[in-house]
Amino acid sequence: MPIIEGERVSKNFGGLAAVVNVDFHIDQGEIVGLIGPNGAGKTTLFNLISGALATTAGTIRFKGENITGLKPHQICKRRVARTFQSVKVFSNMTVLDNVLAGSLFGASTGMRMHDAKAEAMELLEFVGLSAKEGSLAKDLTIANQKRVEVARALATKPELLLLDEVMSGLNPTEVAQVTELIKKMRDKGITVFMIEHVMKAIMDISDRIIVLHHGEKIAEGTPSEIAKSQKVIEVYLGD
Amino acid sequence: MDIIRSNPERFFLLVLSIFILIILAIIPSYIADYYVSLLVSIFKFTVLTVSWATFCGPTGYISLASAAFLGTGMYVTALIGEKVPLPLVVLFGGLASFLLALLVGLASLRIRGIFFAIFTLGLSEGLRHFMNWWEISREGRMGRWVISADYLTIFYTMLMILVMTLLTSYLIRRSKFGVALQSIGEEEEAARHIGINVNAVKVITFAVTSFWIGATGGIIVTQWLYVDTSTAFDVSYSFTPTLMALFGGIGQIYGWVLGSVVFTIITELLLTEFPYYYMLIFGSVIISVFLFFPSGLVGVVIKWRKGKLVE
Repeated sequence: MPIIEGERVSKNFGGLAAVVNVDFHIDQGEIVGLIGPNGAGKTTLFNLISGALATTAGTIRFKGENITGLKPHQICKRRVARTFQSVKVFSNMTVLDNVLAGSLFGASTGMRMHDAKAEAMELLEFVGLSAKEGSLAKDLTIANQKRVEVARALATKPELLLLDEVMSGLNPTEVAQVTELIKKMRDKGITVFMIEHVMKAIMDISDRIIVLHHGEKIAEGTPSEIAKSQKVIEVYLGD
Repeated sequence: MDIIRSNPERFFLLVLSIFILIILAIIPSYIADYYVSLLVSIFKFTVLTVSWATFCGPTGYISLASAAFLGTGMYVTALIGEKVPLPLVVLFGGLASFLLALLVGLASLRIRGIFFAIFTLGLSEGLRHFMNWWEISREGRMGRWVISADYLTIFYTMLMILVMTLLTSYLIRRSKFGVALQSIGEEEEAARHIGINVNAVKVITFAVTSFWIGATGGIIVTQWLYVDTSTAFDVSYSFTPTLMALFGGIGQIYGWVLGSVVFTIITELLLTEFPYYYMLIFGSVIISVFLFFPSGLVGVVIKWRKGKLVE
């Protein structure tokens, strides 16, 4: 059974169709990549799933429940978390407090401050930021700020995690580390839907890839199928 | 590490606060009436500032509606003061402000930054003009007589409201709510996506902190015997809390308290000692503090303590 599925999902901004009749589904435990040229509607699709934007048409179901039109905090409580393309950490809060905020709110309710702190520390260890717990988030490198976002998202206890370009701007070593991290999350039972421009990484890690172009889904399949797809090659390289 | 460092400090602050509270509770019998009324004035501004800063400090939403809440409390007393016992009057004053803040909050959910500031200022001024129009054209009067309370009743009521305000602020800040408010101030969108019901947190905090401003208006007005719209909704009550909080240091409760106390005393001193140069001197003091210590009096304290550590 798919953990999340979209049926003819569309979003218009005035006259601009950003996402057009997109059908998608992601199964429990999968890592699915979402690729496409700039302006293809990838982040818009994430915004629709996470409730940041309202759909113009179509339905989105999470574990069979219709979540279309729910507010971001309601969707988070149903265990869908996300990170942001342009990093949105709480700059003037410590790294620990960033993650703590996720633990205190998120899907769990009534967690005691003491337990939430212990859990936040564990998550910082998980993403490799234990040494930075006391630093202000704004003082971290972009790579580490992205880790903070991942830890904060994990703290909300998601079953589905939407990663919006967590690897962009990272050096090859960091990309390898994040790849490992994503595999570790999958092993913990978290389903991952990720937008990425770093092709090698997404080809290596994804079980399946969905390609968007001008808001439409033009291809879907395993990484090797996508790499061979004439349509995808045309879109990326021009004809 | 953080906990080890802050705990003895917290204990010291607790002991200090209780000590100050006891002194304040017994002091009226030992000092002249003038100083009692000065203390009441300090309490009033501290409540205004702490209430204002509890919401506006962490979220960065600058509200200029404090005067509306204070004036509402005053008018509640003017309207029902003779029919209802005083404690209830004060409570109703707070409740009316709470409801007004709830409405303002709901109406301004989508407005941020400078627009929120202007919107709240407009609301506050709009309310004053509406009340003015109502009183003159509907009731045929400029102002209203209010019941008077003796100065000790006013003193102890204000002291109680002050303690409640500080307690409210402290509890909000150290709970989940505090984390939520700070997250909203930092990145509202991210806050929504980690499960914080941003709208509810904003509106409720705004309303709860406004309760104590209304209660203050309800008791303060009994000093005056008479109230009209221009004294009740005096726009300076909207700006002073902002100034006092920044003057003291926006990040800490003790900064807000320090700011209100020092600010009120300086105002009073200058007004009585140098009535002609009051504005000039006061302006220079404020400018120097902001220029040399952008984080307010708290910044001075921190610098001084750092200096001591170096020695």
